[in-house]
Amino acid sequence: MSIDIQTLIPLFVAIPLGMSLLIQLVARSRHMLSEVLTIITMLVLMLMSCYAIGDNGIYHLGGWPTPVGIDMRLDALATLLLLAVNIVGVAVSLYSVDYMRRFTARSHFYSLFLLMVTGMNGVILAGDLFNLYVFLEVAAIASYSLVAFGCAHEELEASFKYIVLGTLSSALILTGVALVYGITGTLNMAHIAARITETGMNTPLLLAFGLFICGFAFKSALVPFHAWLPDAHPAAPAPVSAMLSGVLIKAIGIYVLARLAFNVFGISDNELSMLRWLGLLSMVVGGFLAVGQKDIKRLFAYSSISQVGFMVLGLGLGTPLGLVGGLYHLVNHALFKPLLFLNAGAVEYATGTRNLKKLGGLNRKLPVTAATSMVGSMSIAGIPPFNGFWSKLIIVLACIESGYYGFALAAVLVSIVTLAYQLKVQRMAFFASLPEALKDVRREPPMMALAMILLAIGCITLSFAVLTGLRDPWLIGAAQQTLTAGVFGG
Amino acid sequence: MIYSLCLLLILIGLYGVVVSRQTLKIVISLLIMNHGVHLLLLLIGYREGGNPPIVDPGSLISEFANGAVDPLPQALVLTSIVIGLGVLALMVALCVRLYERYGTFDITEIRRLRG
Repeated sequence: MSIDIQTLIPLFVAIPLGMSLLIQLVARSRHMLSEVLTIITMLVLMLMSCYAIGDNGIYHLGGWPTPVGIDMRLDALATLLLLAVNIVGVAVSLYSVDYMRRFTARSHFYSLFLLMVTGMNGVILAGDLFNLYVFLEVAAIASYSLVAFGCAHEELEASFKYIVLGTLSSALILTGVALVYGITGTLNMAHIAARITETGMNTPLLLAFGLFICGFAFKSALVPFHAWLPDAHPAAPAPVSAMLSGVLIKAIGIYVLARLAFNVFGISDNELSMLRWLGLLSMVVGGFLAVGQKDIKRLFAYSSISQVGFMVLGLGLGTPLGLVGGLYHLVNHALFKPLLFLNAGAVEYATGTRNLKKLGGLNRKLPVTAATSMVGSMSIAGIPPFNGFWSKLIIVLACIESGYYGFALAAVLVSIVTLAYQLKVQRMAFFASLPEALKDVRREPPMMALAMILLAIGCITLSFAVLTGLRDPWLIGAAQQTLTAGVFGG
Repeated sequence: MIYSLCLLLILIGLYGVVVSRQTLKIVISLLIMNHGVHLLLLLIGYREGGNPPIVDPGSLISEFANGAVDPLPQALVLTSIVIGLGVLALMVALCVRLYERYGTFDITEIRRLRG
């Protein structure tokens, strides 16, 4: 049986959106039903994104042709992001079944979760700037409310900080959209790219591009714009932290940055150097701030900033090798960072604390968490057989290839810092002697264990993606797609 | 130049966000900033002495396109205002919850998160 890819494209947005409303209609007080519906939705979305590998397509909304109607575009880069979002979504929705037991109003959680997935899938598939902005806001509003879901002091404070900075960055992005529309007279990204290659960059376009870089650097928490992330990501419930750190900052931050920079504006070397420096700054500052943290989730949040720096550094090189490295690291990070956040959530679920000083010796009490977090830590620190090693190696090699030895050295040093803080987590949480207060900790519930095992298997599987045959269909295509300036879509 | 007035409105909003200490004042400043952006977007579609963008069955499309204002920015602004309303409702709800927890609107006293 073959399904036309064109008919699948709108379903990536329509299915989660419809389901989030359906859950409110039929499963408002039946938690079991809302859990089952969410898991089924995410499984369907995952299968659909696997089916989309290697396909290109444009969907015209309502059958209107391109200059009049709204486009949704699927290409290699979009498929890569769809895979990341929906695979992590499956693991997270499985994990939520046990983890969210302690919260009230769980059906609201699942609705908001699916709305966030809707927004991310929409951003990835949007063919014009304004729809991109609308879907970005859908994902952002859902994430603001999910951060505040616990309604305790810290959650509300973090969410307020997040919403103020998020709204500010959205205003910057909307100003950019307005300027681009005023200059080029179109919102369709392919048409904008064509106009820009005709006329070349001028000052107002550069201003718009600058606004976009600021706005999306806020969304992806690059260093001068990162203040909200270390508060917002730890405050959310663990499955949401996994989603936010794992895919949200990439789907509505890095992805759009790469798309606009390479495919729409046709980036020049001056602007690339700005991306490189932003990447370097995030990498170094995030890494060093992570070392000093005592809260396990806050540590992982700072580590996200650092790892995002690696990706932006890879993209900022602008060479094929750099892009492959950046995108590979993006996918890897989308697997091991959710895994680590789910581990942190399991630790918090079992012991009631996230403070590393109060933890210890959990590898006997929580064997699955300890084993999978070892996989996650080794991956993120770049220990050879695991996936993080290969992507960091490619980024370092790409730096050397382009002649940026300083950047390569910084990347290697930050990798060592990464290893340092991951070992700190391992030692303080899982290996030291068990404190008296944690003597009667019970094992992690089965669904949480299942989700963590799935992500750990994903980490190990992805390390084979360096082999030629396995990486071609999804990774290299995406990098080529990104490099093809001015053209995108099927 | 009328565009600079939009810029002024955006900057007033930004100034308010940076210097206010009350959560509700921050929300209002963000609203002012957002409306500055909306005005900018609307002005892009404005044409002095333009016709309403409704095609008569008899008229030529090229003639119509030369005389009418651009209707697209208006549609965009409408969408954006609705989004802004959603964000506003959420922000005000957060302010109310913060007041319930901390007993204050002052952000210098709402600071448990650090590091």
